[in-house]
Amino acid sequence: MDSTKIICPNGHLGFAPLKTESFRIGVAQKPDFIAADSGSDDVGPGPLGSDTSTSPLAWQEHDLEQMLLASRELNVPMIIGSAGDTGSNSRVDLFVSIIQKLALKHGLTKFKLGYFYSEVDKEYLRQKIKSGSAITGLDDRPSLTEQELDATENIVAMAGVHPFLDLLEQGADVIIGGRSSDSAIFAAAAMSQGHCEADAYYLGKVLECASFCAEPYGGKETVLGEVNPGEVLVSAMSPAQKCTIASVAGHAMYERSDPFHEQVAGGTLDMTHCSYEQTEENITRITGQTFKTASEFRVKLEGSGKTGERFLGIAGIRDPYTVENVDKVIEWAKTQVREKFGDEGYELYYSVYGKNGVMGDLEPVKHSKSHELCVVVQAVAPSAEIAEEICMTATRQMFYARLDDVKGTAGSVSFILDEVVATSPAYRWTINHTVAIDDPLELFPRHMIEAGI
Amino acid sequence: MSNSKTTSKLSGLAKTIRSKNAGVDKITFDIIFRDRENYELVKNSGCLTRETICQLYGIEDKRISDFVEFDPAYAIKFTIYRNRPSGSAGDPDIFGAQQYAPLLDIEVPLP
Repeated sequence: MDSTKIICPNGHLGFAPLKTESFRIGVAQKPDFIAADSGSDDVGPGPLGSDTSTSPLAWQEHDLEQMLLASRELNVPMIIGSAGDTGSNSRVDLFVSIIQKLALKHGLTKFKLGYFYSEVDKEYLRQKIKSGSAITGLDDRPSLTEQELDATENIVAMAGVHPFLDLLEQGADVIIGGRSSDSAIFAAAAMSQGHCEADAYYLGKVLECASFCAEPYGGKETVLGEVNPGEVLVSAMSPAQKCTIASVAGHAMYERSDPFHEQVAGGTLDMTHCSYEQTEENITRITGQTFKTASEFRVKLEGSGKTGERFLGIAGIRDPYTVENVDKVIEWAKTQVREKFGDEGYELYYSVYGKNGVMGDLEPVKHSKSHELCVVVQAVAPSAEIAEEICMTATRQMFYARLDDVKGTAGSVSFILDEVVATSPAYRWTINHTVAIDDPLELFPRHMIEAGI
Repeated sequence: MSNSKTTSKLSGLAKTIRSKNAGVDKITFDIIFRDRENYELVKNSGCLTRETICQLYGIEDKRISDFVEFDPAYAIKFTIYRNRPSGSAGDPDIFGAQQYAPLLDIEVPLP
């Protein structure tokens, strides 16, 4: 079997632009595929809940243009997974339209543009629950209830290799995928060339975050992965970076609780017996990976639900006595909110920067030495009017806090704005679960169109 | 290293100390060493265990989902459950990327 080479220029396409110099070096290696993941649940539940992207359109277009032109120049497939941060249907449509426009702009010869969706209908899951097929919780969450389902705005399923493989078999030159496992995007490419699942998924695992598997630290640079039977080779394309045993093995455990296993739709990549070898200064070779097919085909689901409209308030404190007594200041303001709005039906949070604003309860430093504090107030309520009034009360009442021995009696806090600010609504991850399905393709409808002229 | 020095901060022994989301319900911490020597030193020191982490972060053992020594990368890694899913209102660190700082100052006895 021939070796298969894939380049990945960006670990989250759109979140920040790819670096073109190392990308061009990667393209000059004549890879068989150009692929990148464009999504992450790291961005929080907001984009999925509101069906928007957190990445700016200009950066999405920049990377898609670079990749499309290189893909057409080499006549090799380009594959994108988890389009537009969330992989929802509207994000897939957005990326498909960008590819179509770019093809016209550059007068590209006709090519096959395949895409698939990942959104899951709530009623489909409700039927599963009713029929007794549990939507099982991940990370110790309980099984999904109809109540939590009702509280959910949008749901996506995490595709494995299957819809990508199907579109590649249909001859797609460019694939825009809905929500997908990061590693599956690359694994599908390798499997379409006959490589086994173990090698293909390891290749995907190591390439998915682009240059995060290289050192020194530097994102958005291109890396090259090569797979041969039984081995994966990875190298950095930026002249400033190298793929070392330390950087590659270190990446195997990035963003995961278990460094030995990667769960994907349909099975598990087992890295327990992987060995790492420096074959050249910039090339690390990985062997020993295995893949175990799951007895039941389960697919991960992500769902986001709106918890309310949100306002932010900001206040500063400089008086050392007030700094010392910030908890009393906050308690005073909270009491004023409670007097009008009661204890329930809203959420109110104070983040005290200079004390424990970043870590909250996890902060081991219990006595801050800061000479000043910044208090950020967040209020969430069913309507914008109520959220604004709660946030205003909770912020402005700090100004009127009654402290016994304070010298300054004209106001207990400073404001950079004498107002509170509307932000995006608040959302939460309602679904982090898996569902059993019969056909690996059933949640991922696929389409093929032509683009170019 | 001077003879009088009997301990070193973890930040002086490790190459990388970081925290990051592991899915939406957990934050994972990586302490990665450049060489086997420092890795083994810290691993065997008893300074970085489930118990010391609970003490440092003021959490109960059940909040730690995993504690792993990962030889191929000379790394010690642990993962904790979040109080609320990432990005919910009130979550101060959507990416979980700034939760590692207390690890930097762990004092490790030198041989």
